[in-house]
Amino acid sequence: MPMFDSKIQQQLKDILKNMKDEVYIINFTQEIECPMCRETRQFAEEIGSLNDKLNVRVYNFVTDEEQTEKYKIDKIPAIVLLDKDEVDCGIRFYGLPGGYEINSFLGAIIELSGIRELLPDDVIKRIQGINRDVHIQVFVGLGCPHCPAAVSTAHRLAMESGRIKADMIDASNFVPLSQKYNVTGVPKIVINDKFELMGAHPMTTFLDVIDRLEEINLNLD
Amino acid sequence: MDFNLSTASFISEKNFTPVDTEKVYDVVIVGGGPAGLTAAVYCMRKGVSTAIIVKSIGGQVAETSSVENYMGYRYINGVELVEKFREQVQQFSIAYDEGHEVETVEDSDIKKVMLADGRIVKGKTLIIASGKSWKKLGIPGEQRLTGKGVAYCTICDAPLFAGKKVVVVGGGNSGVEAAVDLAGVASEVVVIQLLGELTADKILQDKLMAFHNVSFIYSSSVKEVFGDDRVTGIMIEDVTTNEVSEVKTDGLFVEIGLDPNSGFVKDIVEMNKYGEIVVDCACRTSREGVFAAGDVTTVPFKQIIIAGGEGAKAALSACEYLMNKGG
Repeated sequence: MPMFDSKIQQQLKDILKNMKDEVYIINFTQEIECPMCRETRQFAEEIGSLNDKLNVRVYNFVTDEEQTEKYKIDKIPAIVLLDKDEVDCGIRFYGLPGGYEINSFLGAIIELSGIRELLPDDVIKRIQGINRDVHIQVFVGLGCPHCPAAVSTAHRLAMESGRIKADMIDASNFVPLSQKYNVTGVPKIVINDKFELMGAHPMTTFLDVIDRLEEINLNLD
Repeated sequence: MDFNLSTASFISEKNFTPVDTEKVYDVVIVGGGPAGLTAAVYCMRKGVSTAIIVKSIGGQVAETSSVENYMGYRYINGVELVEKFREQVQQFSIAYDEGHEVETVEDSDIKKVMLADGRIVKGKTLIIASGKSWKKLGIPGEQRLTGKGVAYCTICDAPLFAGKKVVVVGGGNSGVEAAVDLAGVASEVVVIQLLGELTADKILQDKLMAFHNVSFIYSSSVKEVFGDDRVTGIMIEDVTTNEVSEVKTDGLFVEIGLDPNSGFVKDIVEMNKYGEIVVDCACRTSREGVFAAGDVTTVPFKQIIIAGGEGAKAALSACEYLMNKGG
């Protein structure tokens, strides 16, 4: 059974028509697929079939070691998005971006294809000034209406800076990880394992936290 | 797998322009729910220059799973309805700002809306349509443990309490609805109600009674939330006997109704004891040139369709005011 009914399929096609350049969807699953892995692969393949500018590659998390290593994938299901030159800007989706998260997934594709709203000059300056590795993990629930905004902000930061990597993580699909970070509300944003934000925040708040990493001179492990 | 697609946010021809802090707009609208967005459409159709400041588009409607009493749709989900509102506003090149909070308003001949990020948006008239937000308990531990077991958005956070015990505070419609959502995932749900009985609609109560993992504590209020890095329990007080007791729980969902978002104009316009802005039948407030609409006002009955109608009224009143002033 297809994942998208004909109405949603048409809406997705209409949205994807706006893409400028090609985008690569890299999906990691495994041979004996967990139910969510199977659905995520199907999701990636179906969405990839809706526009010629989308290229889908499916890798085996266990046997395609080289790829798993290259994209530093440590859990599945995972999706990595690459731009037209196959550059990895650090955009990851762990778990199926369904429910409201379809919006952050499409948003990332459109932005990565080259259609981006301009950021204010002072914000760009702040992003360019980041000179340490930053890892943003955004824990979400698929039924949460304000989670996609948090994910999109984190992913946009990753697109703008080579030092930032940003993950969407479906909290209920990665329970031990959610427990590790004590996630009992979403969206929960964890930055370099050290700082936490609750809720959807504007980009400047993310940058304020990243500035604090600088102050306390905290690097990623 | 369901997909809650927001099609309007991907429309390529967005006509919105950024808010210009140099300019004095004819109308500045604060709020992006049904009242504010309807006011925006009416103002733009009248041809007055308009800026709209939105904290989060749709307001409460964006957090509502289904709407069955907005005319024209027998059933529509909240996000979809908000998308339709947004599409209708988007056809105009309105000055639009989203995601920033308004801190205060300075009222002189020109109304100055001060944003938390330091910008000042100026208007000859002001329409306040800032709606309501979830009421907090205001008890020790609540703020510290928000997001660590204390929750206000059931559709967001319910799945994180799978197999756990949770408490819902409030026995009105929102409390009982939350309890129904939670009863399907949590191992045990306790509903704590200040009154001696539930006040939710019967149809919702019947839904809740079908579950066998739900219990009720009546005539009690929550006094404190315990826990170091996550909620472990709460203290409750029986309001008739003043007896206090502890309830162990992993989560506390607060569903005790709504508070008007009117703090930023508290010294500017007259309000009732609940903090609702007093308006007359033409959405005029106690201040000349300041209008208000929707849930933030004293208008009886808080409904999407009523807020929309009030937004239209406030916009037309503001336009009439501008015309009479010759402005």
